[in-house]
Amino acid sequence: MRARVTIMPKRNVLDPQGKAVVRAIHQIGMEIVRDARVGKIVEIEIAGNDAESVRPKLEEICRDLLSNPVIEDYRLEFEK
Amino acid sequence: MNGGRAAPDAESRAPRETFPLMRFGVIRFPGSNCDQDCLHAAGAVMGQEAFYLWHKETDLRGADCVILPGGFSYGDYLRCGAIARFAPIMAPIRRFAAEGGLVLGICNGFQILLEAGLLPGAMLRNASLRFQCQMTRLRVERGSIGPFSSAARTGELLRIPIAHGEGNYYADAATLAELNRNGQVLFRYCDERGRVAPEANPNGASENIAGITNRAGNVLGMMPHPERACEAALGAEDGRLIFESILEWIRARRISSAA
Repeated sequence: MRARVTIMPKRNVLDPQGKAVVRAIHQIGMEIVRDARVGKIVEIEIAGNDAESVRPKLEEICRDLLSNPVIEDYRLEFEK
Repeated sequence: MNGGRAAPDAESRAPRETFPLMRFGVIRFPGSNCDQDCLHAAGAVMGQEAFYLWHKETDLRGADCVILPGGFSYGDYLRCGAIARFAPIMAPIRRFAAEGGLVLGICNGFQILLEAGLLPGAMLRNASLRFQCQMTRLRVERGSIGPFSSAARTGELLRIPIAHGEGNYYADAATLAELNRNGQVLFRYCDERGRVAPEANPNGASENIAGITNRAGNVLGMMPHPERACEAALGAEDGRLIFESILEWIRARRISSAA
């Protein structure tokens, strides 16, 4: 089983990378883009197939290591 | 604890000369790269006993002060300091800090202390998106007191260089208010006249914050590198004030614990 963790800067936190990406998009003439935010995705392979039994442990991993709750939010999803 | 190694003729000499050297433990994580500079500053420049502590060790070997040096621990993977935070050496550092031991995190060391929750807030990428390597001026926000700034005066300006890509200190409004209320902000970036202005902010840090302590004052994190500013040959000596403050503090603590 595979889990996918998406980590994004919180909405109220400045995202300098996102700002630079927007500037670059505008530089290539694509004015339709108003904003962009840059985060990261972590794919995790897990033994077994029972998402609910491993969810608490994965939430802990997301909270303590993969994201920093001061500046980031995460979303945890399972893929079959 | 001074180990009671005072010489028999101790009374005829100044008390401070009878103390054994102060012990600085410099942590080495994979990717630390300012460890030698810190060892040199505490050892050769300040004349104290400085030694390395490998990140896998679990004993601080009697250090009076622990330094987490700059660098790119674990390649800055995931987030700066995020992986170093789980190194075995961090458990004794936590205990040491809780008991009032002096912990100084410089640059990446500051980022590690934030990730470890030993200091509040987090680091964002520099607002400029550039790695900033330059001399900065810092205003001492709380001098003449405390383990890290007793040798400086409040309002004194220090020249100490920075070199980082992620030194944009962030904390929410409530945390910033608390830091200010408790006098935990030790240094702010300022201009040549001591004004804490946006133009003097090299990385976009909230309220120009360059260094903060924990509530008790015994853990300091700072982005500028005092170890690179301890000798005239390096172009700046103001970093010595931080080391001198540390020595003063440890000396005073030894005197009071011996009394």
